Amino acid sequence: MDTNIFRPRAARIIEVRPETAIDWTYRLEWTGGTPQPGQFFQVSVPRVGEAPISTSGWGDGWIELTIRKVGRVTDAVFGLDVGVLLHLRGPYGRPFPVAEFAGHHTIIAAGGTGLAPVRGLIQHLLGTLGKDEGPSFLNVLAGFKTPGDVLFTSDLRAWADQTPVLLTVDRADSDWRGHEGVITTLIPDLEIRDIEDARVVVVGPPLMMKFTLAAFLDRGIAPEQLWVSHERRMSCGVGKCGHCKIMNSYVCIDGPVYRYADAQWLTD
Amino acid sequence: MTEETHASFRLSPDELDRALRSWNRNMDVVGPRRLQGRGRMTGQDVIRYGPVAAGEDIEWKPKSDFSPKVVLFPPNETLFHLVGTEIAEPPAVDPERPLLLFCRACDIHGVDRLDRVFLDNGPAPDPYYQRRRSRLRFALIECAASMENCFCVSMGTNVVEDYSLAIRFQPDGSALVEVRDRDLLAGIPETAAPEAFSPAFVQEDDRPVRVPEPDELAREIRENDLFDHPMWELYSRRCIACGRCNFSCPTCSCFSTLDVASEDAPELGVRRRVWAGCHVDRFTEMAGGHDVRTDYGSRMRFKTMHKIHDFQQRFGTHMCVGCGRCDDQCPEYISFSACINHVSDVVEQGAEG
Repeated sequence: MDTNIFRPRAARIIEVRPETAIDWTYRLEWTGGTPQPGQFFQVSVPRVGEAPISTSGWGDGWIELTIRKVGRVTDAVFGLDVGVLLHLRGPYGRPFPVAEFAGHHTIIAAGGTGLAPVRGLIQHLLGTLGKDEGPSFLNVLAGFKTPGDVLFTSDLRAWADQTPVLLTVDRADSDWRGHEGVITTLIPDLEIRDIEDARVVVVGPPLMMKFTLAAFLDRGIAPEQLWVSHERRMSCGVGKCGHCKIMNSYVCIDGPVYRYADAQWLTD
Repeated sequence: MTEETHASFRLSPDELDRALRSWNRNMDVVGPRRLQGRGRMTGQDVIRYGPVAAGEDIEWKPKSDFSPKVVLFPPNETLFHLVGTEIAEPPAVDPERPLLLFCRACDIHGVDRLDRVFLDNGPAPDPYYQRRRSRLRFALIECAASMENCFCVSMGTNVVEDYSLAIRFQPDGSALVEVRDRDLLAGIPETAAPEAFSPAFVQEDDRPVRVPEPDELAREIRENDLFDHPMWELYSRRCIACGRCNFSCPTCSCFSTLDVASEDAPELGVRRRVWAGCHVDRFTEMAGGHDVRTDYGSRMRFKTMHKIHDFQQRFGTHMCVGCGRCDDQCPEYISFSACINHVSDVVEQGAEG
């Protein structure tokens, strides 16, 4: 029955790309709705379960999901190879409001797997950079725990050819040539052309978001100029199951992307 | 929809049985039933909803332990059969066959609260709920008086307009009924004596509560850190996170989906949904182990705010309908009505300070 919002559609795996030991990118055939930056899918493996996964990229007839092996469903996905079917519902949730970034200096700060939900956003913004509908200037800040945790290495290199990309790791090893230190150490010295005009996106684990938001607020960025994306447990993705509710907001339908002016009042 | 009418009768015990038999031919008839010896303790009964075929099947005196939400939202429901890569819906109930539900005013309001989530919230209605909901007709059981722990008057849920039938059971097994649907009228025996009757509604609560004004409560949350108030610590000590309040509540609608594979045939399985509760462990736990509200006091705070604040902000009406089942069922004797009053006290003190 077509009107059943819980019925997933089959999607064939057409490429599997390891990013790290436990984060792999899956490209799937997809002719359902085209996602917008920041949206997610309910991904399922029949007889194992369903889990919300944000889209890390998309193109004509395909989408990409970057999946970390951390739970029942993602463990099962890691056993699957090219040609096998996954099942998807979506795309769901409110995307990043890219129109809000047009003409503004835009800064994307991502921690760890938080880079996956903004990868599509960064690619979109790079495609419109300097145009009327795009940001006037773009900075990407990406922080990871160790060099072995760095996601999208080739993307980061390609983005750096077009716009300033600051990459840091909390703990470097002897081969690391880049910056060492938590992502918040990059913020005090970041050149922001016009503080009152900037737009900032912060996505990552809860502690990273807390301190990164504080660092940008310290720089004089107002809550209205900040956006976050929240991750919560979900069973349905469509406003029914209740797991992701925070106060009067449902992360699945009112988020996952929130303006921080609203999100600052949400307490679990 | 059924044609409207208006008539009222006194039914003898035999006439009530005959009416129920007649209705059962064209519809499913469900009401509160006493299941002897099926309660939590040895020798204890439980009152829960199930099919009723005769007047004596309906346990109308005490409140039911579980709410009638089971007829719309079963505790365990198969969403899909999973056969290889095929995903098939199980056969659905016939949406044309009515379901006549005997229940009280608070529970009829409770269904309205479920409607907001399952039908209105999000991009589309929940199809499983919607099919059952479209069949539903209410047979209002009149409450003679507020029962233990009840506070429907305080919540404004003591009066209902939306019912197809209203009934006042008499101790001798007879009943007064008001009938509003023509096809229910057809089931009333011709021998039944017309008698003027319309249901009365409870006007005084067993446990009156003072619900804080939404704006004042919102201010107290933002400006005075109500979520961190020491009042919630009490519940960290007393609550055991069993979830009985959630599962007995007529308005708690949370669920988890759960895939199950057959042990004998791994290619066969089902995707189910089962009731979930915000008091129960793992409700918010994410893959990787990150969790929120790990202490039980914050879970009590979360539930309380949903019932008397968050839902109201989103849908314009309070979620709680004042049935008091949470208090009836709590093994630690936590009183939700006392909690609401405590919140009101804190809000008032904040306004003075």
